[in-house]
Amino acid sequence: MLLGAAIAMIGFYVPLDQDGLNQMIFYFHVPIAVTAYACFGWGAWKGFLHLWKQKPGADLESYVAIHQGVIFAALTLVTGSIWGRYRWGQWWLWSSKQLVLFLVLFLFYAAYFMLRFSVEPGPRRANLSAVYAIFGVVLIPVSFLAIRLASDYIHPVAFDKHGPQMADSQFLTFCVSLAAMLSLFSALYRLELAGKRIDAHLRELRELLG
Amino acid sequence: MIRARGLSMRYGAKRIFDKVELDVERGGFVLVTGPNGSGKTTLLRLVAGLVAPSAGEIAVDVDRGRLGFLAHEALVYRELTALENLDLYGRLYRVAERRERIGMLLERFDLWDARNERTASFSRGMLQRLALCRVLLHEPELVLLDEPFAGLDSEGAELLDRELAVRHGWATFLVATHEPEQLAPLATGRLAFR
Amino acid sequence: MSGYFADVAALARKDLLLELRARDTLPAMLLFVSAALVIFHFALPSGTGELAGLGLLWVAIVFTALLGLSRAFVAEREHGVLDGLVLAPSDRSAIWLGKSLAALTFLALAEIIALPLFALFFSGIDAGTVAAVALADVGICAVGVFVAAMSIATRARELLLPVIFLPLAIPVIVGGVGASVTDSPGRYFAFLALYDALFATICWASFEYVVTE
Repeated sequence: MLLGAAIAMIGFYVPLDQDGLNQMIFYFHVPIAVTAYACFGWGAWKGFLHLWKQKPGADLESYVAIHQGVIFAALTLVTGSIWGRYRWGQWWLWSSKQLVLFLVLFLFYAAYFMLRFSVEPGPRRANLSAVYAIFGVVLIPVSFLAIRLASDYIHPVAFDKHGPQMADSQFLTFCVSLAAMLSLFSALYRLELAGKRIDAHLRELRELLG
Repeated sequence: MIRARGLSMRYGAKRIFDKVELDVERGGFVLVTGPNGSGKTTLLRLVAGLVAPSAGEIAVDVDRGRLGFLAHEALVYRELTALENLDLYGRLYRVAERRERIGMLLERFDLWDARNERTASFSRGMLQRLALCRVLLHEPELVLLDEPFAGLDSEGAELLDRELAVRHGWATFLVATHEPEQLAPLATGRLAFR
Repeated sequence: MSGYFADVAALARKDLLLELRARDTLPAMLLFVSAALVIFHFALPSGTGELAGLGLLWVAIVFTALLGLSRAFVAEREHGVLDGLVLAPSDRSAIWLGKSLAALTFLALAEIIALPLFALFFSGIDAGTVAAVALADVGICAVGVFVAAMSIATRARELLLPVIFLPLAIPVIVGGVGASVTDSPGRYFAFLALYDALFATICWASFEYVVTE
């Protein structure tokens, strides 16, 4: 699965470096963003399963997915900021709808952890987290729409976002990078999930013995 | 009516109780005894459905609307009068002939004169009696009582004894108390917590 | 079905009655919004224009709502009444809906004072802004009461309320400000309506899980 990460490196070398660093960051930034969406979507789905089907373990899976999502979201913000610096000379761009959306989502999902750490582990915490995860995934399109609408009265002048249309080879590289990011998520997700499950088992054993 | 198997409850790292088995048939009167903090309240809350168990199963064969729960706290609004509180619960529980029933219960628990006072001004004993009114308002089939005699003076205790005696054998009772002698004559079963 | 709305009505009435007796939340909201408007006067350097003021109006509304919402479940916390409501055979979502209606009433009352005050201090309010405020209030109260219920289940309690509420309030601000300042508010009304419908629905459907285990 960490092969995926290796593919990312290959993706790095293959592209036709016309614009240099700027273009390379693009191959990271957008796939990372898409992966973050996938994380939040997965987390919401697991949350839904927990509430509706009472699937055991769904809460932990939801938590891990959202945890990964926040990491990828933070990376999105960082890579987006760097890209903005190289492309337009600014560290922050209110005109980049993607970036602003991720800022809002980052705030929202950071609060997820505040919520989670403020409740004792148990069914109540799982329920609250699941509901929150579902709210988050509904918030994503609504916020995006909001940011688009807001740009009409905040910045009448729009910057172009992603640049020119992608040539075939670039598109391929992009897809490879996306696949790489998603498999990176998958790998990290399984890793963290396994770790947390072991933790939980250890705790259970300790209680049975103690 | 109540069946619990392998019931365990944990709060964070603390284990409250482990592998509890419970069987209560209809019309039964079961006492749950044990010192303070041994988990009696938690068990009652589990049966009421307010909390979920950490492990094990519990089956309670009664609708929410036929269940009465007396908690440690009165479960009434401070700024509303006794009458207003009972009226709200009466509406939520779809009590038939609400007004008459509320009046009757307030009288039986000697609270009729205080019916238009806000519960913030009630004494501990009055609050307990009002809570008992709330519990019995909808004539529940399953009655869960957590330390029902707490805060009651001798008259209040007599009133409660009378109400329990009337319903004994008809309604099912699960009573948590750390003084079981008072209710021992009515009991059909016991569960001891350590 | 009629039972459900009877429950909602009984619960909303109860909240209004409680506020009538306690008389603490609404006066606080009124004073707060008035003070906020005065602060805005000092916060707007000359030359920032009328539109900036309108934007700040929306900020004032959201934060005044937040103030009121922090008190939303306080009465239920005393004497553990929330357990009593949850135990009742009524649908748990009725608790949320009843309280949202009450919250809506309080917010509307606060705005009845705030909007004319704003018109007095800053610039006129047109019908479009008032309509936007009405639409936005629905979303604010629906989501706000829901989030308030979530936060009382935590150790941090009211501390968590603004933290969770504000990201969710961003679309409302956008809808409201857009409707107030642009020439084509129709889109923003539609957006606010969408937000209200969407979030009210998920609040209604999932409130059960916030108060039970």
